[in-house]
Amino acid sequence: MDFYLGLIQIIGVHTLLGLSAYCVLLTGQVSLAQAGFFAIGAYVAGMLTVLAGWPIIPALIAASLVAGAMACAVGFPALRVKGLMLVVATTAFGEAVRLFFFNFNYQLERGGFRLGPHGGEGFRQIRYFPEHGWSTLDVMLFIWAVVVLVMAALWWMDRSRAGAVLRAVGEDELAAQSSGINVTAVKVTAMTVGGVIAGAGGGLFAHYTTHIEHVQFGVVLATFAVAYPILGGLSNVFGTLLAVIFIQGFLIEGLRFMGDWRNLLFGGLIVLAMNVRPRGLIDAGAIAALRRLLRNKERAGA
Amino acid sequence: MLELKGLTKHFGGVRAVDNVDLSVAQGEILGLIGPNGSGKSTIVNLICGLFPLTSGQVILRGTDISQVPPHTRVGMGIARTFQNIRLFGQLTVWQNLWVAQNSAEQVGNENFLRRWLGGPRRARADIDRALAFFDLAHKRDELAANLAFGEQRRLEFARALAARPALVLLDEPAAGMNAEEIDQLDARIRKLRTEGVTILLIEHHVELVMAVTDRIAVLNFGQKIAEGTPAEVQANPLVREAYLGTATAA
Repeated sequence: MDFYLGLIQIIGVHTLLGLSAYCVLLTGQVSLAQAGFFAIGAYVAGMLTVLAGWPIIPALIAASLVAGAMACAVGFPALRVKGLMLVVATTAFGEAVRLFFFNFNYQLERGGFRLGPHGGEGFRQIRYFPEHGWSTLDVMLFIWAVVVLVMAALWWMDRSRAGAVLRAVGEDELAAQSSGINVTAVKVTAMTVGGVIAGAGGGLFAHYTTHIEHVQFGVVLATFAVAYPILGGLSNVFGTLLAVIFIQGFLIEGLRFMGDWRNLLFGGLIVLAMNVRPRGLIDAGAIAALRRLLRNKERAGA
Repeated sequence: MLELKGLTKHFGGVRAVDNVDLSVAQGEILGLIGPNGSGKSTIVNLICGLFPLTSGQVILRGTDISQVPPHTRVGMGIARTFQNIRLFGQLTVWQNLWVAQNSAEQVGNENFLRRWLGGPRRARADIDRALAFFDLAHKRDELAANLAFGEQRRLEFARALAARPALVLLDEPAAGMNAEEIDQLDARIRKLRTEGVTILLIEHHVELVMAVTDRIAVLNFGQKIAEGTPAEVQANPLVREAYLGTATAA
């Protein structure tokens, strides 16, 4: 049972990571910096609960804000470049964050132990949940409460004018600019919101694994972050959720018997998905087809 | 209302626009014609601020806007269409117009949340009226990418008007249209003028330009070679030469 709860926790946290990339992707930017924001959220939240003794919710909020502020600061220079150059720039940022935590040593005496980030050995004993008697189920529900909150907010944003504006920028920056949209402001805002969401995801990740280290936040995680929304499609937030369930639940866990061959399958799947469904699993066409199907069923039933 | 003073744009050694003076009066329809590569579209891009001027000024209602970023100019009342249609293909027809409601008047009165997250009711009524005017009401929820060519042109025109501009720059709106569609375009341009919108029309379709404009300016090799009423321009030997070549060359 705990295995499944653990899996559901992973899916929840990765959904937040995927949604952070989703926000940025809507504006047409592929950012590999999301793992960096995720790492910042993880370390900040962990340090706040372990070293400063904060409760989990304020620690998560603070971690999100720090990650968001970082994303905003990175957004201004990074979003001046486009396409492949942006991928390179954001990868460089993500790696810089990882290497920062590789070298980051800040331990304090807490309850007879020296706790805190310890360079390459990582940050161990982030034990807020067990210390406060949360069961695995409690933690899982807490993670999903955050996921549902974020998904609801993004769903609402998607259907508002802001969602249309983000997509307009993603489709054609020149046309968006000529329609009176401040393209830079929109892109930096999307990056900031993405940073906030990644920070929350990172904070939750740090607390349910209780042990984080720099290698977890490398290019692989950054690639997963953008792979989810690309695979799932940018029509709405459920595409990302579906992609996370598919990749984490089926490809990673379900195919564990295949060993390292899974990675090959994963790479092949991304290539296949980009060719067969360039707009993701759930694209506008799929939604329209679904609507038609439902309507026909209603008619058949009536 | 709009004045260009010594407008110059060099791309490397190419003088795309060379010292052009031009003024557009309030409520008039000014045609801008010239052979391919004469700098018409570059002038539109300069008025919109898509790239910096080499020298000269763009003056809107007495204010020099040469340094104003493009999106701000839309709020100040300048909107445009593109020669090669640039719609937001994966947005619906309705959303294409919704996104473009960025005029100072529309934005200034709304608070942040309503402007970004709700979309005031008045704006929605505006959009429905625009869709009716451009005969697109029945395509309201269609993706823009799925529209027929003529419909896409109409939608782009509608999107330019969604910002409630005082001046619209139409960059070859009739390109690829059939005779019936051109007639409708003609009627719409005239209707807009009665509503007080000033129009700068760049067009290759000579009949349309001659029929609908008040004045015409002619460009060749980045320079203005003639300006006047349609009849004057048609009679101008320099214009004939630009289009047909000199008698000796022919």
